[in-house]
Amino acid sequence: MMPPEEPPKERWPEQPRPSWPEQPSHDRFLDDQAGPMVRPYVMTSGRLEPTRGKFDLITLVVAAGPEPDGQLGLGPEHVSIMRLCQQVMSVAELTGHLDLPVATVRVMLGDLLDKGFINMQEPEPEADMHDIRLYKAVIDGLRAL
Amino acid sequence: MVSGLSSRDSRGRRLPTAVKIVIAGGFGVGKTTMVGTVSETKPLRTEEVLTDEGIGVDDISGVERKKTTTVAMDFGRITMRDEYVLYLFGTPGQERFWFMWDEVALGALGAVVLADTRRLSDCFPSVDYFERRGTPFIVAVNCFEGSQQFDLPEIQMALNLGPNVPVMLCDARSLESCKKVLIDMVLHAMKTRGLAPAPA
Repeated sequence: MMPPEEPPKERWPEQPRPSWPEQPSHDRFLDDQAGPMVRPYVMTSGRLEPTRGKFDLITLVVAAGPEPDGQLGLGPEHVSIMRLCQQVMSVAELTGHLDLPVATVRVMLGDLLDKGFINMQEPEPEADMHDIRLYKAVIDGLRAL
Repeated sequence: MVSGLSSRDSRGRRLPTAVKIVIAGGFGVGKTTMVGTVSETKPLRTEEVLTDEGIGVDDISGVERKKTTTVAMDFGRITMRDEYVLYLFGTPGQERFWFMWDEVALGALGAVVLADTRRLSDCFPSVDYFERRGTPFIVAVNCFEGSQQFDLPEIQMALNLGPNVPVMLCDARSLESCKKVLIDMVLHAMKTRGLAPAPA
């Protein structure tokens, strides 16, 4: 683990993860040192790449419908993603909330996209960074902070 | 938007577009502090797992030789009007994780290289990286207490920066200071890309 600097903690009090699945999760029984009980590649059935979509870190994802009830051949992590994606969320945020590696989350997002359970918005390609509205919106947004 | 994929949510609303700014610099220079100062949510951490046996491949034999490294990046979010969401990514402290840098720098609006005058050389790799890549960037000198104050032209010279790269002083703990750094960076990115800067 290569720890970046610790984020400042005072501004955001620790909150329980509201979107985490309610069934007992493996991390209740193990401390951080033990590592995950289910390795990430098991969650993806050994797949390394998503079947569809590229899923940049800032690709925005939103659920196409309500949370599935778990009878659709989805794993618990898929269902967790669907819960989190009831609000628009980036791939990076999903990995942060789920505490899973980016590659793992990408594969599962590909599954959900395949099944039509999520919609997504890719970021602007680098070649399209000449839209002046984008810059003005960012400057206005920063000034409003 | 990718053709054939809806960019509207289930209620028919158009999804916003995400943009990102990279905060780079040496270890401990205040990248995560800056991300946290401006982020509207508690900064999150995204992780990429590397193994020297191939990412995610299970290999029972030779497990004792297998080294797993986790590279983590902290990032924050600022929701803007006009259908945009801004993400700020702090790069991993170690410059050797270039593959992560490539992923974060791709499609970035621009970058802020944070520098500490006590360890100015720590930011050389970041400066080199964005220069090579052609990503618009500015250098912001985080003013730590007890650090010797230098003139900005001295720093510009010490970093061997081109005259077009803005250098400014900042305090990564101050919202106003971070806002100024980010706004100046966006203005610089506009200029670099040949767009008229917005009137102040």
